[in-house]
Amino acid sequence: MSLSGRDIISVRDFSRSEIETVMEAAGRMLADAPHDLLSGRLMASLFFEPSTRTRLSFETAMHRLGGRVVSVSGSEGTSLLKGESLSDTISVVAGYCDCIVLRHPVEGASRLAADLVGIPIINAGDGAHEHPTQTFLDLFTIFNACRTLDGLQIGFLGDLKYGRTVHSLAHAMMSFKSRLRFVAPPSLQLPDDLAGELQEGGVEFDRTTSVEEVLPELDILYCTRIQKERFGDEAEYTRMKGIYHIDAKLLQRTRVKPSLRIMHPLPRVDELNPDVDQTEHALYIQQAHNGVPTRMALLGLVLGGI
Amino acid sequence: MAAEKMRKREVSAIKDGTVIDHIDGKATFKVAALLKADSREHTVLVGANLSSRKIGRKGIIKIENTELTPDEVNRIALAAPDATLSIIKDYAVVMKRRIELPDVIEGIVKCFNPSCVSNHEKIQTRFIVVGRDPIRLRCYHCDRYETGDEIIL
Repeated sequence: MSLSGRDIISVRDFSRSEIETVMEAAGRMLADAPHDLLSGRLMASLFFEPSTRTRLSFETAMHRLGGRVVSVSGSEGTSLLKGESLSDTISVVAGYCDCIVLRHPVEGASRLAADLVGIPIINAGDGAHEHPTQTFLDLFTIFNACRTLDGLQIGFLGDLKYGRTVHSLAHAMMSFKSRLRFVAPPSLQLPDDLAGELQEGGVEFDRTTSVEEVLPELDILYCTRIQKERFGDEAEYTRMKGIYHIDAKLLQRTRVKPSLRIMHPLPRVDELNPDVDQTEHALYIQQAHNGVPTRMALLGLVLGGI
Repeated sequence: MAAEKMRKREVSAIKDGTVIDHIDGKATFKVAALLKADSREHTVLVGANLSSRKIGRKGIIKIENTELTPDEVNRIALAAPDATLSIIKDYAVVMKRRIELPDVIEGIVKCFNPSCVSNHEKIQTRFIVVGRDPIRLRCYHCDRYETGDEIIL
């Protein structure tokens, strides 16, 4: 299946077979990357919001495939500070390069960019909306660890209300037949809108407050950070941030499956103890590393190299 | 039947123009405002709080010598999805239909999400109609849902 010329704006835009195409390509990139696949191709990396991992892994991915990168980081020194619209900036830059990787604080910025220009636009995060390449790397991490995306029990823990990685991953799992378990305090549970969509899509899922209850059944536990910036009240944040704490003792006490793998989009705060790093369950560092082969696969696919 | 005729007399007949009938009783003045009834070129007659066998209380708006644009019809569909639209020529109804929401609404609804790109760039808003009873819209740009009173026209 060809994804040549496609934009990557939202995980909603991808069918099961298209997701599988990305998984297979990422697997090939992890095993043996073709170093001249994108030789002579140019990627513009436009990051109007801070990012470390996403920007570095995109640029690394392009370099590893033999392509070149031009980049902007922050609005400083750009025409945006002179009052230029995002639409004009994108239209101009599209004439310089073969694809644009865009991070912008405004929701829907990448969708707008994709409608404006003919070259592929890859959304590297648009505010609280979508971060589809994070979702693809999460899917690839699960796929690579479990060799399937069907028939699994996947737990989501922490800030399920605001966490866009959780929303996107849950949405992507609508194409697969796994059971989703959402663990959070009521005030940070999965929004009803998304729960309604999962229900309409026939996804088997439940919402609970008890991590102990679900842990023994899980194949994957996806932890997220309680985001300080989401709370107006410092005391409420302090109360919430320590509400769940996964450590080696808890994993032992709840008799988790030996094959349980724990993921986290990082950075972590209190929710995941460093003593888990030494167990066979830790998958989050590999998850972060998978950003490069996954983004290599996406760049290779949309630029028509594979 | 006689009662129906009486009600029609409550709002005078027009010779040529458009009649919007069966407006939900609570939405009459909202529809009138959406149609900018007080600043149009031609006469606009508004009947509110009329009794209706079908919907209890209803409104009716008659606009002389005017056919509504598709954009105006879409606005009415959002405020009064059960209304009917009739075209009048020489006092006779030459066309009557129920107002229907299109699948996509462009340039009418404002996204209530302040972080949506449609509130930052000079672009037309676009909403996908994902539910009709009650009306539920999804913003094409930021994917936020708007339902009922949240819909900003």
